[in-house]
Amino acid sequence: MRRLWIGLTYAVFGLLIVIPLARIAVGAWAEGWGGLSAAILRPHALHALGMTGLIVLIVTVLNTLFGVMLAIYLARASWLGDRLRRLVNSLVDLPFAVSPVIGGLMIVLLLGPQSVLGAFFGSLGIEIVYALPAMVLATLFITFPLMVREVLPVLQELGTQQEEAASTLGAYSWYTFWQVTWPSIRWGVIYGVVLTVARSMGEFGAVLIVSGNIMNKTQTATTLVYQDVENFNLLAANAVALVLAAVSIALLLLMEWAKTRRGH
Amino acid sequence: MNMRLRSRWWSFGFRSAVMLYFVVLILLPMLGIYTQAFSRGWSFFWTSIIDPLAWQAVLLTLKLAVFATLINVLLGTMIGWVLIRYRFPGRRLLNSLVDLPFALPTAVGGLMILLLLGPGSLVGEAAASIGVEILFHEPAIVLAMMFVTFPFVIRAVQPLLEELDASEEEAAYTLGASKARTFLQVVLPSMLPGIIGGAMLAFSRALAEFGAVVLIAGNIPGRTLVASVYIFGEVESDNPQGAAAVSVLLLTLSLLILWTVNAVTSRRRRL
Repeated sequence: MRRLWIGLTYAVFGLLIVIPLARIAVGAWAEGWGGLSAAILRPHALHALGMTGLIVLIVTVLNTLFGVMLAIYLARASWLGDRLRRLVNSLVDLPFAVSPVIGGLMIVLLLGPQSVLGAFFGSLGIEIVYALPAMVLATLFITFPLMVREVLPVLQELGTQQEEAASTLGAYSWYTFWQVTWPSIRWGVIYGVVLTVARSMGEFGAVLIVSGNIMNKTQTATTLVYQDVENFNLLAANAVALVLAAVSIALLLLMEWAKTRRGH
Repeated sequence: MNMRLRSRWWSFGFRSAVMLYFVVLILLPMLGIYTQAFSRGWSFFWTSIIDPLAWQAVLLTLKLAVFATLINVLLGTMIGWVLIRYRFPGRRLLNSLVDLPFALPTAVGGLMILLLLGPGSLVGEAAASIGVEILFHEPAIVLAMMFVTFPFVIRAVQPLLEELDASEEEAAYTLGASKARTFLQVVLPSMLPGIIGGAMLAFSRALAEFGAVVLIAGNIPGRTLVASVYIFGEVESDNPQGAAAVSVLLLTLSLLILWTVNAVTSRRRRL
């Protein structure tokens, strides 16, 4: 019985995850190292990978800053009022319920060329949709709950005693934050950052809609994989996907490492 | 005094910045989609929804998401159980692999399913030899939905199993219950909240999935076109209001699911 269940578990993992991953690796190596490097070194592929890197960087910094601050306010701030705090808390998860495609559509509707705001920025010569700003906005929207949901439970569990003791001499200050709050939420923030990096690197639907997928301009790594598949260029799709998968696996390992570190 | 004043200005600035960020980034777009869907009046909204291609896409998505969720409930319960209860070589590796579908970009997930089922693959050839077509048909979509929602049930069930007191099970055995009966009457009920919560999250994620599905579905209107791909198509063909109407339908459904899950889990925590 026991053997059967373990065997079945291995079979599911093998069929669903290991074999397909191996096929991506094999597919990327179909023409050896030369084919793989040629696919990745295509100028527009390099540009797409650079775009993804840039978006990951901007989104992770912004999401970390605002996510940690919002978590602190939701856990601590009396100025928000109990009812409002509960309302905001339940609204934080909204992006989880929204299909990425719908998230992208929202931004096109609000800021697209036909909208009031879009026309206004257009007259100033600032492009938002089909350019970097909308792609960053879409990714920020999608990743918003990740940091709050990692940090908020830690703060709630921690309670306020230590912080109150530390700040009896004055208002909640930077000193209190770095000396008391930060050491306890540190791991939560690290998890949040890893999740945000993974999600913003992998975002596809929302970015595809707001970017227009313009080669050498707004194309990202994931939308390039999509385009390569649509063009039946499987070797190139596999090569770029292999790069993305390698980063995802590295992030997963980092997360595991962080969990065991925290356990000690 | 000067210091106090300055820190008050600082905190006021921070507060407004965070709240503004929240309202502009999350609330405005959500309200925007509801107002845009009705911006051309009720009749336009209604014709957008009543369009056969639109409601067929929504119905197809619901049907396939139910299938994917059911399969995940079975597999997830089994895998969650095996990974917690049995000690065997490779257990830790498998346990970390569970999260891989979350970590991988969905477009990569789609490509993986494409390679798994495509011509020249083991599964693809086997299915073709018995005359079943998978790729660009409904089973492929179910598989893609299953792949992206794979971790939900497992991760929801595991903490409950870890908490479960072994003495309860032992008591059932000593009272003469069979293994199957112990599982059904002692273990399963305690896993049930996790199974339901995980299943609802998986269902709402399966409804929303785009990246993995668009690559393997073939996207034939009325047959393999799911709702998110339909919305994408409407945006591309310059009908954002029509896309918004279908989005509202899908979005309202997901919101109901999300809030039900929150209500259920928070009640459990209070007990």
